[in-house]
Amino acid sequence: MYDYSDFDEGFVRARVAQFTDQVERRLDGSLTEEEFRPLRLMNGLYLQLHAYMLRVAIPYGTINPRQMRALAAIAQTYDKGYGHFTTRQNIQFNWPKLPDVPAILHALADVGMHAIQTSGNCVRNVTADHFAGAAADEIEDPRPYAELLRQWSTDHPEFQFLPRKFKIAITGSPNDRAVTGAHDIGLRMVRNEAGEPGFAVLVGGGLGRTPMVGMVVREFLPVADLLPYVEAVLSVYNTIGRRDNKYKARIKITLHETGKVEISRMIETRFAELRPQFGGADQRLLDDIRAAFAAPVLRDAPVGAYDAFHKADPTFRAWADTNLSTHRNAQHAIVTISLKAHGETPGDATADQMRLIADLSERFGHNEIRISHEQNVILPHVHKSDLPSLHAMLMTAGLATANVGLASDIIACPGMDYCALATARSIPVAQEIALRLREVGLEEEVGPLKIKISGCINACGHHHVGHIGILGLDRAGVENYQITLGGDGTEDTVVGDKTGPGFAYDQVVGAVERVLRAYLGLRLSVEETFLEAFKRVGMEPFKAALYPEAARDAA
Amino acid sequence: MSRGFTPKVVTANLLREGDVVYLTADDRWAVHHHEAELIDDEAHGQMRLLHAAAQKLVVVGAYLADAKQGARGPEPVHFREAFRTRGPSNYAHGKQVDHADV
Repeated sequence: MYDYSDFDEGFVRARVAQFTDQVERRLDGSLTEEEFRPLRLMNGLYLQLHAYMLRVAIPYGTINPRQMRALAAIAQTYDKGYGHFTTRQNIQFNWPKLPDVPAILHALADVGMHAIQTSGNCVRNVTADHFAGAAADEIEDPRPYAELLRQWSTDHPEFQFLPRKFKIAITGSPNDRAVTGAHDIGLRMVRNEAGEPGFAVLVGGGLGRTPMVGMVVREFLPVADLLPYVEAVLSVYNTIGRRDNKYKARIKITLHETGKVEISRMIETRFAELRPQFGGADQRLLDDIRAAFAAPVLRDAPVGAYDAFHKADPTFRAWADTNLSTHRNAQHAIVTISLKAHGETPGDATADQMRLIADLSERFGHNEIRISHEQNVILPHVHKSDLPSLHAMLMTAGLATANVGLASDIIACPGMDYCALATARSIPVAQEIALRLREVGLEEEVGPLKIKISGCINACGHHHVGHIGILGLDRAGVENYQITLGGDGTEDTVVGDKTGPGFAYDQVVGAVERVLRAYLGLRLSVEETFLEAFKRVGMEPFKAALYPEAARDAA
Repeated sequence: MSRGFTPKVVTANLLREGDVVYLTADDRWAVHHHEAELIDDEAHGQMRLLHAAAQKLVVVGAYLADAKQGARGPEPVHFREAFRTRGPSNYAHGKQVDHADV
């Protein structure tokens, strides 16, 4: 993976020194909170409900074992022994104390990490397919482009005070695992007629208050044009994006109000101005970055041990059948380590678990670790013959839950258990749904399902693109949960439809169960997934299951 | 009590630790909600809020939160404030263990 250059190292160290000084000046009273707040947010430090929260960037979800151990050490030394992996492939520490934050940032800098641009109206952490570099369906590893974008956007003087935050996601595969359709800019690698790789560029996607699916503003962008084109998009947005109204300040609104044709024209005009200014330095840099992402040398060895275990051990088989994905090399597998043990907090890992993951990555995984936006951990390159040993070691740490892609593999934002913006809790809803589905044994029967929960309208939990989405709201001083169905975060991005009135906290688990039982009753076969069934039958059968009183009244 | 005014407490987070605290009638910052001063007059509430906001080296983000009289003292009205008195529901972290109620 990419290692910091002297420039990166110097930049991050300087920033740590600067923020250390700012914290000292806040603590001695030289800075007021009004002065300090934007400074701490620029360094990823929020003040949440019960404590400060530090959000650390994990660029494009790629992290190495040394970094993972540093996160474990921070969790143990400065927090309560765990960290929370987020839907933007970051990690959040929920309990740091302000005087300790400079030391945490120093510890991060020691392993090439930081919290810069994890908040504020700037280009945020660029997210990528968590199977990048390993997936069988990939055109090209998207991470070198993500790293190029990271370097370009970090402290970019023109884009530090955008109208609003700006999120970029990139996938190198036609099967979109990075939710590119719901980002300010979504980059999807495609090939043109000549077979050359490039990007389909989507602009104006986003969830939150006004969910919208991104529109394609360029069908094919040659890879060499990436930076000037993205800069053109940012430049147009920076100029005409609305700063008068926070709720209309994202580029999705700019696109909606300007129109796709006109904004595409403006982007192309700006691109024509910018393109000649990129004299090739970016491409030379990209070549260097590509070298840093060279694929690991994979071992050629028999996979008989895997086949034998798969046949003999039902626990291993259940795990292998759900948590493994197809690697481009048939002897290898992509391992998803579930951070969704039933009843646990989605996305949380203890310091011990982080250390074990680091060890396993070194021993079996070519020192590679990924964090997915679905709040799981990926070991992208594991030889199949190593999987039985890997699985056995995961079991010792509560990391062998066989539920990836199933109903209990729930995305949940921190919600009102931590977040100051939240309007209701998310985590306990996720915990209780998972426990209930296990109790009644529905999970395996239901099959592939994505439940996503947000604790407020900002939609960090991606509820709009959940097959079942749950949005926690405050209705007259009581937690209330609105359910949406049919959302889809893949290349076919769809925003789910609301079912109707929301459900009280103690009713939402039952409501989800009724939806699932309705699905089991109406699916054509076990092969028809929940999402396929929903597309076929629409909302009505599910409404009838959710609101039996209304159905009875209408009858 | 002035008409139409919902009683309030002044609450904030400690600057250094981030912990939730409440302003008491004798000008301390207490960790327990029931120790807070229950304010039933709007003008007095504004004065107490100004007093809190002036303590820039002690607390951050002081505000007035709705409250009501309970058996042992003021109790929160809204669930958000109730959560702030305890800590998160997924772990025994925060006040529910650090300052377990007496």
